[in-house]
Amino acid sequence: MGEELRELVLQEIQREMISNMLAQGKRMDERAKDEYRKATVQKGVLTTAEGSALAQIGDSKVLCGVKFGEMAPFPDRPTEGVFMVMAEFLPLASPVFEPGPPSPESIELARVVDRGIRSAEVIDTKGMFIEEGKVLAIFIDLYVMDHGGNLTDTAALAAAAALSDTKVPNVVDGKIVRRDYKGPLNMPDKPLTCTFAKVGDHLLLDPTREEERAAECQLTVGTVDGYVVCMQKSGPGSMKKSEVMECIGIALKKGNELRNLI
Amino acid sequence: MAGSPAPDKPALFRDGKRLDGRAPNELRPIKIVAGVLKEADGSAYVEWGGNKLICGVYGPRECIPKHDANPYKALMKCRYTMSPFASLEEHGRSGPNRRSTEISKVIKEAFDSVVMTGEYPKTQIDIYVDVLQADGGTRIAAVAAATVALANAGLPMTDMISGVAVGKADGRMVIDLGKEEDNFGESDMPIAFKHRSKEIVLMQMDGKLTPEEISANIDAAIEGAEKVYAMQAEALRKSYETSVAEEFRM
Repeated sequence: MGEELRELVLQEIQREMISNMLAQGKRMDERAKDEYRKATVQKGVLTTAEGSALAQIGDSKVLCGVKFGEMAPFPDRPTEGVFMVMAEFLPLASPVFEPGPPSPESIELARVVDRGIRSAEVIDTKGMFIEEGKVLAIFIDLYVMDHGGNLTDTAALAAAAALSDTKVPNVVDGKIVRRDYKGPLNMPDKPLTCTFAKVGDHLLLDPTREEERAAECQLTVGTVDGYVVCMQKSGPGSMKKSEVMECIGIALKKGNELRNLI
Repeated sequence: MAGSPAPDKPALFRDGKRLDGRAPNELRPIKIVAGVLKEADGSAYVEWGGNKLICGVYGPRECIPKHDANPYKALMKCRYTMSPFASLEEHGRSGPNRRSTEISKVIKEAFDSVVMTGEYPKTQIDIYVDVLQADGGTRIAAVAAATVALANAGLPMTDMISGVAVGKADGRMVIDLGKEEDNFGESDMPIAFKHRSKEIVLMQMDGKLTPEEISANIDAAIEGAEKVYAMQAEALRKSYETSVAEEFRM
Protein backbone atom coordinates (compact mmCIF):
# COMPACT_ATOMS: atom_id res chain seq x y z
CA MET A 1 0.00 0.00 0.00
CA GLY A 2 1.34 3.45 -0.86
CA GLU A 3 2.37 5.66 2.03
CA GLU A 4 -0.25 8.25 1.10
CA LEU A 5 -3.10 5.76 1.25
CA ARG A 6 -1.72 4.17 4.41
CA GLU A 7 -1.66 7.62 6.03
CA LEU A 8 -5.23 8.24 4.91
CA VAL A 9 -6.60 5.00 6.36
CA LEU A 10 -4.62 5.39 9.58
CA GLN A 11 -5.95 8.90 9.87
CA GLU A 12 -9.56 7.70 9.72
CA ILE A 13 -9.07 4.98 12.35
CA GLN A 14 -7.04 7.13 14.68
CA ARG A 15 -9.36 10.09 14.42
CA GLU A 16 -12.20 7.94 15.68
CA MET A 17 -10.13 6.48 18.53
CA ILE A 18 -8.84 9.87 19.59
CA SER A 19 -12.30 11.49 19.53
CA ASN A 20 -13.82 8.60 21.46
CA MET A 21 -11.19 8.91 24.16
CA LEU A 22 -11.51 12.69 24.27
CA ALA A 23 -15.25 12.26 24.83
CA GLN A 24 -14.24 10.48 28.03
CA GLY A 25 -11.85 13.31 28.82
CA LYS A 26 -8.68 11.37 27.96
CA ARG A 27 -5.76 11.69 25.60
CA MET A 28 -4.13 8.59 24.14
CA ASP A 29 -1.02 9.06 26.26
CA GLU A 30 -3.03 10.15 29.32
CA ARG A 31 -1.72 13.69 29.33
CA ALA A 32 -3.82 16.65 30.38
CA LYS A 33 -5.01 18.73 27.41
CA ASP A 34 -2.59 21.53 28.31
CA GLU A 35 0.37 19.33 29.16
CA TYR A 36 3.60 18.95 27.21
CA ARG A 37 5.29 15.63 26.64
CA LYS A 38 8.78 15.31 28.13
CA ALA A 39 10.86 18.09 26.63
CA THR A 40 14.64 18.20 26.76
CA VAL A 41 17.28 20.50 25.37
CA GLN A 42 20.98 19.83 24.88
CA LYS A 43 23.08 22.83 23.96
CA GLY A 44 26.45 22.86 22.22
CA VAL A 45 26.09 19.50 20.51
CA LEU A 46 28.16 20.53 17.49
CA THR A 47 31.66 21.98 17.42
CA THR A 48 31.60 23.12 13.79
CA ALA A 49 28.72 25.55 14.21
CA GLU A 50 28.89 28.84 16.15
CA GLY A 51 25.85 27.68 18.11
CA SER A 52 23.84 24.49 18.28
CA ALA A 53 21.18 22.61 20.20
CA LEU A 54 19.18 19.43 20.03
CA ALA A 55 15.60 19.74 21.23
CA GLN A 56 13.30 16.83 21.84
CA ILE A 57 9.62 16.97 22.65
CA GLY A 58 8.20 13.49 23.02
CA ASP A 59 9.49 11.55 20.02
CA SER A 60 10.20 14.63 17.94
CA LYS A 61 13.83 15.59 17.49
CA VAL A 62 15.08 18.79 15.93
CA LEU A 63 18.73 19.77 15.65
CA CYS A 64 19.54 23.42 15.16
CA GLY A 65 22.85 24.73 13.88
CA VAL A 66 23.73 28.43 13.83
CA LYS A 67 26.40 29.56 11.39
CA PHE A 68 27.75 33.03 10.66
CA GLY A 69 28.54 34.30 7.21
CA GLU A 70 29.25 37.54 5.38
CA MET A 71 26.94 38.92 2.74
CA ALA A 72 25.63 42.05 1.06
CA PRO A 73 22.88 43.73 3.10
CA PHE A 74 19.33 44.15 1.84
CA PRO A 75 19.13 47.41 -0.16
CA ASP A 76 16.46 48.92 2.16
CA ARG A 77 18.55 48.20 5.27
CA PRO A 78 22.16 48.79 4.16
CA THR A 79 23.63 48.95 7.67
CA GLU A 80 21.82 46.00 9.21
CA GLY A 81 22.87 42.39 9.39
CA VAL A 82 20.54 39.65 8.28
CA PHE A 83 19.39 36.35 9.68
CA MET A 84 17.39 33.59 8.14
CA VAL A 85 15.71 30.45 9.33
CA MET A 86 15.55 27.37 7.12
CA ALA A 87 14.03 24.00 7.91
CA GLU A 88 15.01 20.68 6.43
CA PHE A 89 12.56 17.79 6.82
CA LEU A 90 15.05 14.95 6.53
CA PRO A 91 13.67 11.91 4.70
CA LEU A 92 14.92 9.74 7.57
CA ALA A 93 12.56 11.52 9.97
CA SER A 94 9.29 10.17 8.64
CA PRO A 95 7.88 7.90 5.93
CA VAL A 96 5.95 10.91 4.62
CA PHE A 97 9.07 13.05 4.08
CA GLU A 98 10.60 12.72 0.65
CA PRO A 99 13.91 13.95 -0.71
CA GLY A 100 13.57 16.95 -2.96
CA PRO A 101 12.79 20.65 -2.82
CA PRO A 102 11.40 22.02 0.47
CA SER A 103 7.74 21.18 1.06
CA PRO A 104 5.19 23.91 1.87
CA GLU A 105 5.09 22.48 5.41
CA SER A 106 8.82 22.93 5.96
CA ILE A 107 8.71 26.45 4.52
CA GLU A 108 5.79 27.33 6.78
CA LEU A 109 7.55 25.95 9.86
CA ALA A 110 10.72 27.90 9.13
CA ARG A 111 8.83 31.11 8.46
CA VAL A 112 6.77 30.85 11.65
CA VAL A 113 9.91 30.28 13.74
CA ASP A 114 11.57 33.15 11.84
CA ARG A 115 8.68 35.52 12.58
CA GLY A 116 8.82 34.66 16.28
CA ILE A 117 12.53 35.51 16.48
CA ARG A 118 12.11 38.63 14.31
CA SER A 119 9.08 40.00 16.16
CA ALA A 120 10.68 39.42 19.56
CA GLU A 121 13.64 41.50 18.30
CA VAL A 122 16.15 39.24 20.01
CA ILE A 123 18.86 39.50 17.37
CA ASP A 124 20.56 42.88 17.22
CA THR A 125 20.93 43.17 13.45
CA LYS A 126 22.24 46.75 13.78
CA GLY A 127 25.32 45.43 15.55
CA MET A 128 26.14 43.17 12.60
CA PHE A 129 27.49 45.83 10.21
CA ILE A 130 30.97 45.07 8.88
CA GLU A 131 31.68 47.68 6.22
CA GLU A 132 29.96 49.42 3.31
CA GLY A 133 28.15 46.72 1.34
CA LYS A 134 29.00 43.95 3.78
CA VAL A 135 27.22 42.71 6.89
CA LEU A 136 27.18 39.64 9.08
CA ALA A 137 24.55 37.00 8.34
CA ILE A 138 23.27 34.42 10.78
CA PHE A 139 21.99 31.18 9.25
CA ILE A 140 19.68 29.28 11.56
CA ASP A 141 19.16 25.80 10.14
CA LEU A 142 16.63 23.43 11.60
CA TYR A 143 17.17 19.74 10.93
CA VAL A 144 14.07 17.69 11.64
CA MET A 145 15.37 14.21 12.49
CA ASP A 146 12.35 12.42 13.94
CA HIS A 147 8.71 13.35 13.44
CA GLY A 148 6.65 12.56 16.51
CA GLY A 149 4.29 15.49 16.05
CA ASN A 150 4.52 19.17 16.97
CA LEU A 151 7.64 19.89 14.99
CA THR A 152 7.07 23.64 15.21
CA ASP A 153 7.46 23.87 18.99
CA THR A 154 10.40 21.48 18.92
CA ALA A 155 12.04 23.58 16.21
CA ALA A 156 11.41 26.89 17.99
CA LEU A 157 12.88 25.39 21.16
CA ALA A 158 15.95 24.17 19.26
CA ALA A 159 16.39 27.57 17.59
CA ALA A 160 16.11 29.58 20.81
CA ALA A 161 18.48 27.18 22.59
CA ALA A 162 20.99 27.21 19.75
CA LEU A 163 20.94 31.02 19.61
CA SER A 164 21.53 31.22 23.36
CA ASP A 165 24.51 28.89 22.81
CA THR A 166 25.90 31.01 19.97
CA LYS A 167 29.28 32.70 20.07
CA VAL A 168 29.89 35.68 17.81
CA PRO A 169 33.04 35.29 15.71
CA ASN A 170 35.64 38.02 15.44
CA VAL A 171 35.82 39.95 12.20
CA VAL A 172 39.28 41.05 11.02
CA ASP A 173 39.79 43.06 7.79
CA GLY A 174 36.17 42.48 6.83
CA LYS A 175 36.46 38.71 7.18
CA ILE A 176 35.15 36.29 9.78
CA VAL A 177 37.90 34.53 11.69
CA ARG A 178 36.60 31.02 12.37
CA ARG A 179 37.05 29.60 15.87
CA ASP A 180 37.99 33.01 17.24
CA TYR A 181 35.11 34.44 19.21
CA LYS A 182 34.25 37.90 20.42
CA GLY A 183 31.81 36.57 23.00
CA PRO A 184 28.34 35.13 23.36
CA LEU A 185 25.47 36.39 21.20
CA ASN A 186 23.46 38.78 23.33
CA MET A 187 19.93 37.40 23.40
CA PRO A 188 17.60 39.40 25.62
CA ASP A 189 14.64 37.05 25.30
CA LYS A 190 13.77 33.55 24.16
CA PRO A 191 10.84 33.38 21.74
CA LEU A 192 9.13 29.98 21.83
CA THR A 193 5.96 28.63 20.31
CA CYS A 194 3.07 26.61 21.71
CA THR A 195 1.04 24.63 19.21
CA PHE A 196 -2.50 23.37 19.71
CA ALA A 197 -4.43 20.83 17.67
CA LYS A 198 -8.16 21.27 17.46
CA VAL A 199 -9.97 17.94 17.59
CA GLY A 200 -13.72 18.46 17.79
CA ASP A 201 -14.18 20.99 20.57
CA HIS A 202 -10.93 20.04 22.23
CA LEU A 203 -7.74 22.05 22.12
CA LEU A 204 -4.74 19.80 22.63
CA LEU A 205 -1.40 21.36 23.49
CA ASP A 206 1.67 19.69 21.99
CA PRO A 207 -0.13 17.25 19.67
CA THR A 208 1.44 13.89 18.87
CA ARG A 209 1.69 12.77 15.24
CA GLU A 210 -1.56 10.82 15.71
CA GLU A 211 -3.36 13.81 17.21
CA GLU A 212 -2.14 15.99 14.36
CA ARG A 213 -3.60 13.53 11.87
CA ALA A 214 -6.93 13.63 13.69
CA ALA A 215 -6.99 17.42 13.99
CA GLU A 216 -9.15 19.73 11.91
CA CYS A 217 -6.58 22.45 12.24
CA GLN A 218 -3.77 23.72 14.42
CA LEU A 219 -2.86 27.02 15.97
CA THR A 220 0.69 28.02 16.80
CA VAL A 221 1.18 30.87 19.25
CA GLY A 222 4.69 32.29 19.67
CA THR A 223 5.45 34.12 22.90
CA VAL A 224 8.00 35.96 24.95
CA ASP A 225 7.15 36.73 28.57
CA GLY A 226 3.77 38.52 28.56
CA TYR A 227 3.52 39.06 24.79
CA VAL A 228 2.44 37.16 21.71
CA VAL A 229 5.06 37.49 18.96
CA CYS A 230 3.59 35.36 16.20
CA MET A 231 0.58 33.27 15.36
CA GLN A 232 -0.28 30.90 12.59
CA LYS A 233 -3.43 28.94 11.98
CA SER A 234 -2.48 25.91 9.97
CA GLY A 235 -4.44 23.17 8.27
CA PRO A 236 -8.01 23.14 7.04
CA GLY A 237 -10.83 23.73 9.51
CA SER A 238 -11.73 26.80 11.49
CA MET A 239 -11.44 28.22 15.00
CA LYS A 240 -13.66 30.42 17.10
CA LYS A 241 -12.32 33.61 18.61
CA SER A 242 -12.85 32.14 22.09
CA GLU A 243 -10.68 29.16 21.14
CA VAL A 244 -7.91 31.42 19.89
CA MET A 245 -7.99 33.42 23.11
CA GLU A 246 -7.89 30.23 25.20
CA CYS A 247 -4.81 29.04 23.28
CA ILE A 248 -3.11 32.40 23.83
CA GLY A 249 -3.74 32.22 27.59
CA ILE A 250 -2.23 28.74 27.84
CA ALA A 251 0.67 29.60 25.52
CA LEU A 252 1.74 32.59 27.62
CA LYS A 253 1.89 30.36 30.72
CA LYS A 254 3.43 27.27 29.13
CA GLY A 255 5.91 29.32 27.12
CA ASN A 256 7.47 30.54 30.36
CA GLU A 257 7.74 26.96 31.65
CA LEU A 258 9.47 25.85 28.44
CA ARG A 259 11.88 28.80 28.61
CA ASN A 260 13.24 27.38 31.87
CA LEU A 261 14.59 24.41 29.91
CA ILE A 262 17.06 26.60 28.03
CA MET B 1 4.37 41.23 6.93
CA ALA B 2 5.78 43.83 9.30
CA GLY B 3 9.46 43.77 10.09
CA SER B 4 11.52 45.69 12.61
CA PRO B 5 11.39 49.40 11.86
CA ALA B 6 14.00 50.63 9.40
CA PRO B 7 16.02 53.77 10.18
CA ASP B 8 14.07 56.02 7.79
CA LYS B 9 10.65 55.11 9.12
CA PRO B 10 8.08 57.76 8.20
CA ALA B 11 5.38 58.91 10.62
CA LEU B 12 2.34 56.74 9.92
CA PHE B 13 -0.16 59.18 11.38
CA ARG B 14 -0.59 62.86 10.55
CA ASP B 15 -3.20 64.92 12.39
CA GLY B 16 -4.96 61.74 13.53
CA LYS B 17 -5.23 60.46 9.95
CA ARG B 18 -3.28 57.73 8.21
CA LEU B 19 -0.87 58.45 5.34
CA ASP B 20 -3.59 58.04 2.73
CA GLY B 21 -6.05 60.08 4.78
CA ARG B 22 -7.99 57.15 6.17
CA ALA B 23 -9.39 56.81 9.69
CA PRO B 24 -7.95 53.88 11.74
CA ASN B 25 -10.96 51.65 11.06
CA GLU B 26 -11.45 52.63 7.43
CA LEU B 27 -10.94 50.24 4.52
CA ARG B 28 -9.34 51.30 1.25
CA PRO B 29 -11.61 51.49 -1.80
CA ILE B 30 -12.37 47.99 -3.05
CA LYS B 31 -13.64 46.90 -6.46
CA ILE B 32 -14.60 43.32 -7.19
CA VAL B 33 -15.75 41.93 -10.53
CA ALA B 34 -16.85 38.30 -10.96
CA GLY B 35 -16.47 36.26 -14.15
CA VAL B 36 -13.77 38.18 -16.00
CA LEU B 37 -12.05 35.26 -17.76
CA LYS B 38 -13.53 33.13 -20.49
CA GLU B 39 -11.46 29.93 -20.21
CA ALA B 40 -11.47 29.55 -16.42
CA ASP B 41 -14.41 27.79 -14.73
CA GLY B 42 -14.67 30.74 -12.39
CA SER B 43 -12.82 34.01 -12.07
CA ALA B 44 -12.63 37.34 -10.32
CA TYR B 45 -10.73 40.59 -10.58
CA VAL B 46 -10.05 42.61 -7.44
CA GLU B 47 -8.71 46.09 -6.90
CA TRP B 48 -8.07 46.80 -3.26
CA GLY B 49 -6.37 50.12 -2.68
CA GLY B 50 -3.36 49.93 -5.01
CA ASN B 51 -3.54 46.13 -5.20
CA LYS B 52 -4.66 44.56 -8.44
CA LEU B 53 -5.26 40.83 -8.50
CA ILE B 54 -6.76 38.35 -10.86
CA CYS B 55 -8.01 34.93 -9.82
CA GLY B 56 -9.00 31.95 -11.96
CA VAL B 57 -10.48 28.69 -10.70
CA TYR B 58 -10.38 25.36 -12.52
CA GLY B 59 -12.16 22.25 -11.38
CA PRO B 60 -13.24 19.87 -10.22
CA ARG B 61 -10.96 18.15 -12.73
CA GLU B 62 -8.74 15.10 -12.86
CA CYS B 63 -6.18 15.02 -10.06
CA ILE B 64 -2.61 15.16 -11.29
CA PRO B 65 -0.44 13.37 -10.28
CA LYS B 66 -2.99 10.60 -9.88
CA HIS B 67 -1.41 9.13 -6.73
CA ASP B 68 -2.23 12.39 -4.92
CA ALA B 69 -5.96 11.84 -5.45
CA ASN B 70 -8.02 11.48 -2.30
CA PRO B 71 -10.73 8.79 -2.53
CA TYR B 72 -12.96 10.80 -0.17
CA LYS B 73 -12.76 14.33 -1.49
CA ALA B 74 -11.40 16.78 -4.01
CA LEU B 75 -7.90 18.08 -3.40
CA MET B 76 -7.80 21.86 -3.02
CA LYS B 77 -4.77 23.48 -4.57
CA CYS B 78 -3.73 27.08 -4.60
CA ARG B 79 -0.98 28.91 -6.40
CA TYR B 80 -0.51 32.48 -5.29
CA THR B 81 2.17 34.37 -7.17
CA MET B 82 3.42 37.90 -7.49
CA SER B 83 4.15 39.30 -10.93
CA PRO B 84 7.74 40.49 -11.52
CA PHE B 85 6.39 44.02 -12.01
CA ALA B 86 4.16 44.03 -8.92
CA SER B 87 6.28 46.24 -6.67
CA LEU B 88 7.74 49.72 -6.82
CA GLU B 89 11.16 48.31 -6.10
CA GLU B 90 13.27 46.32 -8.50
CA HIS B 91 12.06 43.69 -10.98
CA GLY B 92 11.05 40.57 -9.08
CA ARG B 93 11.47 36.98 -10.05
CA SER B 94 8.40 35.34 -11.48
CA GLY B 95 7.08 32.10 -10.06
CA PRO B 96 6.77 30.79 -6.55
CA ASN B 97 9.19 31.63 -3.74
CA ARG B 98 9.20 30.85 -0.01
CA ARG B 99 6.80 33.65 0.83
CA SER B 100 4.31 32.78 -1.91
CA THR B 101 4.52 29.07 -1.06
CA GLU B 102 3.46 29.81 2.51
CA ILE B 103 0.67 32.13 1.39
CA SER B 104 -0.58 29.55 -1.13
CA LYS B 105 -0.71 27.00 1.68
CA VAL B 106 -2.75 29.12 4.09
CA ILE B 107 -5.16 30.23 1.34
CA LYS B 108 -5.71 26.65 0.22
CA GLU B 109 -6.41 25.59 3.78
CA ALA B 110 -8.88 28.42 4.30
CA PHE B 111 -10.98 27.22 1.37
CA ASP B 112 -10.65 23.59 2.37
CA SER B 113 -13.05 24.37 5.19
CA VAL B 114 -15.83 25.86 3.04
CA VAL B 115 -15.71 24.21 -0.39
CA MET B 116 -17.74 20.98 -0.26
CA THR B 117 -14.85 18.86 -1.49
CA GLY B 118 -16.62 15.66 -0.40
CA GLU B 119 -18.87 16.05 -3.44
CA TYR B 120 -15.98 15.47 -5.83
CA PRO B 121 -13.77 12.57 -4.74
CA LYS B 122 -10.50 11.88 -6.60
CA THR B 123 -10.49 15.26 -8.31
CA GLN B 124 -8.66 18.53 -7.75
CA ILE B 125 -9.78 22.12 -7.61
CA ASP B 126 -7.18 24.73 -8.57
CA ILE B 127 -7.18 28.30 -7.35
CA TYR B 128 -4.73 30.48 -9.25
CA VAL B 129 -4.24 33.98 -7.91
CA ASP B 130 -1.84 36.38 -9.53
CA VAL B 131 -0.91 39.67 -7.97
CA LEU B 132 -0.47 42.13 -10.83
CA GLN B 133 0.26 45.09 -8.60
CA ALA B 134 1.00 44.97 -4.87
CA ASP B 135 0.19 47.58 -2.25
CA GLY B 136 0.13 45.67 1.04
CA GLY B 137 -2.46 43.13 2.13
CA THR B 138 -2.31 40.99 -1.00
CA ARG B 139 -3.04 37.68 0.73
CA ILE B 140 -6.32 38.96 2.09
CA ALA B 141 -7.24 40.49 -1.27
CA ALA B 142 -6.38 37.09 -2.79
CA VAL B 143 -8.83 35.44 -0.40
CA ALA B 144 -11.53 37.93 -1.42
CA ALA B 145 -10.87 37.20 -5.10
CA ALA B 146 -10.75 33.43 -4.64
CA THR B 147 -14.07 33.29 -2.77
CA VAL B 148 -15.81 35.13 -5.58
CA ALA B 149 -14.06 33.06 -8.27
CA LEU B 150 -15.04 29.78 -6.56
CA ALA B 151 -18.65 30.91 -6.29
CA ASN B 152 -18.47 32.09 -9.91
CA ALA B 153 -17.32 28.58 -10.87
CA GLY B 154 -20.52 27.27 -9.34
CA LEU B 155 -18.72 25.20 -6.73
CA PRO B 156 -20.85 24.38 -3.70
CA MET B 157 -19.58 26.06 -0.57
CA THR B 158 -20.91 26.00 2.98
CA ASP B 159 -20.04 29.67 3.43
CA MET B 160 -18.23 32.61 1.90
CA ILE B 161 -14.86 33.77 3.20
CA SER B 162 -13.85 37.35 3.70
CA GLY B 163 -11.14 38.97 5.70
CA VAL B 164 -8.95 41.94 6.38
CA ALA B 165 -5.57 42.58 7.93
CA VAL B 166 -5.45 44.33 11.29
CA GLY B 167 -2.28 45.81 12.60
CA LYS B 168 -0.52 48.35 14.71
CA ALA B 169 1.01 51.49 13.28
CA ASP B 170 2.65 54.10 15.51
CA GLY B 171 1.08 52.39 18.52
CA ARG B 172 -2.47 52.54 17.19
CA MET B 173 -4.71 49.80 15.90
CA VAL B 174 -5.47 50.13 12.19
CA ILE B 175 -7.37 47.91 9.80
CA ASP B 176 -6.46 47.11 6.20
CA LEU B 177 -2.78 48.05 6.33
CA GLY B 178 -1.33 49.84 3.33
CA LYS B 179 2.17 49.23 1.99
CA GLU B 180 3.89 51.75 4.28
CA GLU B 181 2.01 50.53 7.35
CA ASP B 182 2.89 46.98 6.41
CA ASN B 183 6.59 47.84 6.06
CA PHE B 184 6.99 50.21 8.97
CA GLY B 185 4.17 49.25 11.36
CA GLU B 186 4.73 47.28 14.53
CA SER B 187 2.38 44.40 13.84
CA ASP B 188 0.43 42.77 11.04
CA MET B 189 -2.33 40.23 11.54
CA PRO B 190 -4.21 39.05 8.46
CA ILE B 191 -7.46 37.25 9.38
CA ALA B 192 -10.24 35.71 7.31
CA PHE B 193 -13.57 34.43 8.57
CA LYS B 194 -16.42 32.28 7.44
CA HIS B 195 -19.09 34.86 6.85
CA ARG B 196 -21.96 33.33 8.82
CA SER B 197 -20.26 31.66 11.78
CA LYS B 198 -17.41 34.21 12.10
CA GLU B 199 -15.05 31.30 12.61
CA ILE B 200 -11.44 31.98 11.70
CA VAL B 201 -10.16 30.11 8.63
CA LEU B 202 -6.95 32.06 8.08
CA MET B 203 -4.88 33.83 10.68
CA GLN B 204 -1.27 34.86 10.86
CA MET B 205 0.40 37.42 13.03
CA ASP B 206 3.73 39.06 13.64
CA GLY B 207 4.81 41.92 15.87
CA LYS B 208 4.48 42.08 19.63
CA LEU B 209 0.96 42.21 21.04
CA THR B 210 -0.81 41.60 24.34
CA PRO B 211 -3.75 39.17 24.47
CA GLU B 212 -6.08 42.17 24.94
CA GLU B 213 -4.79 43.76 21.73
CA ILE B 214 -5.29 40.51 19.83
CA SER B 215 -8.84 40.23 21.11
CA ALA B 216 -9.59 43.79 19.97
CA ASN B 217 -7.93 43.06 16.62
CA ILE B 218 -10.17 40.07 15.98
CA ASP B 219 -13.29 42.14 16.79
CA ALA B 220 -12.17 44.92 14.44
CA ALA B 221 -11.42 42.37 11.72
CA ILE B 222 -14.91 40.87 12.00
CA GLU B 223 -16.34 44.33 11.43
CA GLY B 224 -14.08 45.03 8.44
CA ALA B 225 -14.64 41.59 6.91
CA GLU B 226 -18.37 42.21 6.99
CA LYS B 227 -17.92 45.20 4.67
CA VAL B 228 -15.75 43.15 2.33
CA TYR B 229 -18.38 40.42 2.28
CA ALA B 230 -21.03 42.90 1.16
CA MET B 231 -18.85 43.84 -1.82
CA GLN B 232 -18.16 40.19 -2.69
CA ALA B 233 -21.86 39.38 -2.64
CA GLU B 234 -22.62 42.46 -4.74
CA ALA B 235 -20.02 41.42 -7.33
CA LEU B 236 -21.62 37.99 -7.66
CA ARG B 237 -25.09 39.44 -7.91
CA LYS B 238 -23.94 41.85 -10.60
CA SER B 239 -22.35 39.06 -12.63
CA TYR B 240 -25.80 37.62 -13.21
CA GLU B 241 -27.32 40.95 -14.13
CA THR B 242 -24.92 42.40 -16.69
CA SER B 243 -22.39 41.34 -19.23
CA VAL B 244 -19.28 41.36 -17.11
CA ALA B 245 -16.98 41.81 -20.08
CA GLU B 246 -18.09 45.41 -20.03
CA GLU B 247 -17.46 45.71 -16.30
CA PHE B 248 -13.86 44.59 -16.51
CA ARG B 249 -11.73 47.69 -16.70
CA MET B 250 -8.36 47.75 -15.02
